[in-house]
Amino acid sequence: MTDIFGIPIQVILGQLLLGLVNGSFYAMLSLGLAVIFGLLGVVNFAHGAFYMMGAYATWILLDVFELGYWWALVLAPLSIGLIGLILERLFLRFLYKVDPLYGLLLTFGLSLIAEGVLREIFGASGQSYPVPEVLRGTFDVGFMNLPIYRVWVIVSSLSICFMTWYLIERTRLGSTLRAATENPKLVQAFGINVPMMVMFTYAGGVALAALAGVLSAPVIQVSPLMGSSLVIVVFAVVVIGGMGSILGSILSGVGLGVIEGFTKVFYPEASNIVVFLIMAIVLCWRPAGLFGKE
Amino acid sequence: MKLTKKYIPFAIALAIHIALFAPSSTLAANEVVIGDIDDMSGLYADVLGPGGVEAAKMAIEDFGGTVIGKKIVLLTADHQNKPDVGSSKFREWADKNDVNMILGGNNTGVSIAMSKVAAEKKIPFIPIGAAGSSLTNADCTAYTVHYAYDTTALANGTAKVITDNGGKTWFFITADYAFGTQLQNAATKVITENGGKSLGAVRAPLAASDFSSFLLQAQSSKAQVLGLSNAGADFTNSLKAANEFGITKTMKPAALLAYISDIHSLGLKTAQGLYLTDGWYWDLNDDTRAFAKRYFAKMKKEPTMPQAAYYSAITTYLKAVKAVNTTDSDKVMAELKSMKINDFFAKGGYIREDGVMIHEMYVMQVKTPEESQYPWDYYKLVKKMKGEEAFGPLSDSTCPLVKKK
Repeated sequence: MTDIFGIPIQVILGQLLLGLVNGSFYAMLSLGLAVIFGLLGVVNFAHGAFYMMGAYATWILLDVFELGYWWALVLAPLSIGLIGLILERLFLRFLYKVDPLYGLLLTFGLSLIAEGVLREIFGASGQSYPVPEVLRGTFDVGFMNLPIYRVWVIVSSLSICFMTWYLIERTRLGSTLRAATENPKLVQAFGINVPMMVMFTYAGGVALAALAGVLSAPVIQVSPLMGSSLVIVVFAVVVIGGMGSILGSILSGVGLGVIEGFTKVFYPEASNIVVFLIMAIVLCWRPAGLFGKE
Repeated sequence: MKLTKKYIPFAIALAIHIALFAPSSTLAANEVVIGDIDDMSGLYADVLGPGGVEAAKMAIEDFGGTVIGKKIVLLTADHQNKPDVGSSKFREWADKNDVNMILGGNNTGVSIAMSKVAAEKKIPFIPIGAAGSSLTNADCTAYTVHYAYDTTALANGTAKVITDNGGKTWFFITADYAFGTQLQNAATKVITENGGKSLGAVRAPLAASDFSSFLLQAQSSKAQVLGLSNAGADFTNSLKAANEFGITKTMKPAALLAYISDIHSLGLKTAQGLYLTDGWYWDLNDDTRAFAKRYFAKMKKEPTMPQAAYYSAITTYLKAVKAVNTTDSDKVMAELKSMKINDFFAKGGYIREDGVMIHEMYVMQVKTPEESQYPWDYYKLVKKMKGEEAFGPLSDSTCPLVKKK
């Protein structure tokens, strides 16, 4: 058996795969954050809460309405996106012109409220969501048993990341969107409803977080606290990738997932801080992040 | 006139200040103040949390709301799993509210920090949710009573039963703080004494979001038993992932600490067959069911072992106060350590010199979905352990207060 640093190659390969799974979660969450920050200039601290609400929506759809996973994949992002849209109209739109700190405070407060309300209703230990029938079971890939569901997570989240990137960077709608944030007055003069575009962008970013929540519901306990531990890591991912850079957030999300996976083998105690360590190093070397322009 | 008008706001401020702060010391003389410092909102909030507060209220109400002619008052605070928050709240209540006894909820790390304050302020401190047995060993104080269970009892239950049944090689997934390592060490001791062996452990950060990586390491150790030396959401998430990755097919999972709230949230399909050690179960006998029924009516959940222990600990404390007719800490502690505890929680329980409350413990196995007859019918009793068997002999205690003979 071949060893690398005294660790069997099988273990290394397994960790690489698991790192990719976690990395694709990070990528999808940081993507939503990057879109919202890049186009709206809002530091959306409620992102973890929307992720958690997406998972809860999935669970409620099954438990109350008896609608399964595939329904949830569509309905949960839609309904949480709608909540995002309402919040944007009610509160967030008044904060675009002021310091980003206010947006951060508002969204942080909103996420605390969401967590508190769901904890009051459902308790802290959370609910179990079953893996959908067709995605049950494992592949034997030689060095480990890889659950089919995790493969589904990698494939679907990476394709969603790609589609979002394509939409914003390569389509006409995307270029209008970018123009509207660059110079709203001018774009408005061309007859485009800029406030509405901004509103839908925020809702879209929120829906992405909710979708990540749906994907993770069968994997981890659906609990009110599931977002708060993740959101800090995801923020670090966005900072490393470069605030607002869409491609940067995807690549650094996947990359950091893999690095974190390896840390879990070599020095597991450090696995929850390794991302922040990398963030500190990156910020010293490139203050705008790896893919940021400035 | 002008001058006096100017001073009105100051006068009002002074009046408010007096109204808010002054009476606490005068009133406290007519009150017995019990504090509850626990994780009210984090990953352990379902183990005690708001349910613990409800059990405490029930205990006070059942006692009649007064003891030795004083009103019983309950204060509650959220320590957020931060030792500094827990100990500073303890200190604040000791200085400002003349607190007479503090119940410590979950988290061994926080309870160790609070026990230092208890020793300094000479206030009885009853940790219940915290499992670490160091609370009555290296960290013991003259004012600590470790009430419901500890890591020694958990290991003597689950680890012994599984090793005796042929689970000789173990690999641990351990929560990376005081509780996790103490539990792992206690289990390793029991396993080795019974002819088994620990093949290693991986320390996972508290509230990790993904356990698959750690589980894969456990699997490559080729051990027979997967020892889950963690609790709450960490336990449920690691067991869930172990099922998903097919690890439970080759390794037998052992819950070194699981509460009924965890089993309820996992569901029997995932948790079935699991061995665990419990100090109390709602469906043990008529007494436990009677309490559970009243609790369920309020909380719509069956009580966990620590929640039932909250009720029992408060009642025991109040009985001690009544017996010595004072809240004087030293007199109450002496009474606590000499009385017998007989209620729905413990039969013939007693508090030992080192502060451990010795009582019967139970090794349980989680039922299969087919075996479960009614809601919350989750456990079958595998083994009853006598108090001394579960908590180990006093001669094992490293508590400096214990006089070596």
